[in-house]
Amino acid sequence: MPPPLDLLPSLLTGLLVTLQITIGAAVVALASSFLAGLGRLSGRRTVRGIWRLYVDVFRGTSALVQLFWAYFALPLLGIRLDAVTVGILVLGLNLGSYGSEIVRSAIRSVARAQYDAARALNLNRRQTLWRIILPQAALRMIPPFGNLFIELLKGTALVSLISLADLTFQGQTLRTATLRSGEIFALILVLYFLLAQVIARGMRILEARLAAGRDSGGSA
Amino acid sequence: MIFDWGFALEILPALLQAGLVTLQCTLVGMCLALALGLAWALLRRSSRRFLAWPATWIVEFVRSTPLLVQVYFLFYVLPEFGISWSPFVTGALGLGLHYSAYTAEVYRAGIDNVPSGQWEAARALNLGWMETWRSVILPQAVPPMVPALGNYLVGMFKETPILAAITVQELLQTAKLIGAESFRYLEPLTLVGVLFLLVSLSSAQLIGWLESRTAKTAS
Repeated sequence: MPPPLDLLPSLLTGLLVTLQITIGAAVVALASSFLAGLGRLSGRRTVRGIWRLYVDVFRGTSALVQLFWAYFALPLLGIRLDAVTVGILVLGLNLGSYGSEIVRSAIRSVARAQYDAARALNLNRRQTLWRIILPQAALRMIPPFGNLFIELLKGTALVSLISLADLTFQGQTLRTATLRSGEIFALILVLYFLLAQVIARGMRILEARLAAGRDSGGSA
Repeated sequence: MIFDWGFALEILPALLQAGLVTLQCTLVGMCLALALGLAWALLRRSSRRFLAWPATWIVEFVRSTPLLVQVYFLFYVLPEFGISWSPFVTGALGLGLHYSAYTAEVYRAGIDNVPSGQWEAARALNLGWMETWRSVILPQAVPPMVPALGNYLVGMFKETPILAAITVQELLQTAKLIGAESFRYLEPLTLVGVLFLLVSLSSAQLIGWLESRTAKTAS
């Protein structure tokens, strides 16, 4: 293959790790976004307080500091996790703390009348949430979650600093071996860019699918 | 091993010193981001496609690629062109460049949010280009931008630890060095986390206050 494409095969193993971390962390981020987003709307003060604390701590400190803490400091407290687990959990929880705001504001943006209508139909709290509120809120969450997943993809580059052999890490290894810094990092940037485009495109398709056959969902 | 308060107190001065470097990086980066972002926003508004189109794609590209790789790119590739800046300068440049893609969006949204009637009114009053911007558009466009720019300032502050990767002596790098020397990572890393938490929570408060203030003056 002509340069710089001859570098591609060595970068592909790293790309797979990047994908693995991105997908794993996206699952954790989605779960924690919904848990924290719903938890912060809970009627109980203690429940709200606990999720608030989670959001503040993960949003207030830096993702890289959290990764380092979980990888280097946590073992000293007796909890030893391997780098992949640390990467997926920390990035997932970090992005989830931002995602909880998406869930919270999407739920709060559903019109008051929808709650009233659900009550008039004698639906209980659970049914109201799952059948009436979330389906409408979900549609509004998709564009901001698309942005969040792109931030997550970008964030996965940090795991290279806790010695996980992702795309960025492979780039560094290749750089010390070949000294072709410009080509390597340009190629890596393009790969990340393409991945981000795939995520953006995918989210747009998902949004169009979910929006099909529905009106705007009663704006507030 | 449990948390050693004595050791934590001992390393605190060194960490606070490093905190100053973190703040300097953030401020220099933000100034760059504000200036560069304005340039992107203005280019994108241009009616000449050969100016608007590249600016759009540069912003999109910078926004969807990792800051760490961009910083590596600057750090390892610039010297090949005979430009060798210190890690601090390279790092601040990287931060500024990355966040300029975000500030560009803030400027754009702020300007687009000024109703078109305001432009028409300015034209009806026969105001010049300069006068339109200075007395009609900017006074309405800028206040709503402030909280958004503030959020990116905090965001940038939280991303400065990435510069540890190119050996800028900021908070995380200093904590790593202390950890490597003393074989105690718990105290330095925890302290760094707490310092970040303190600064970002208090700035979040400040931004919330600014937001409520601009919301009040706007209505």
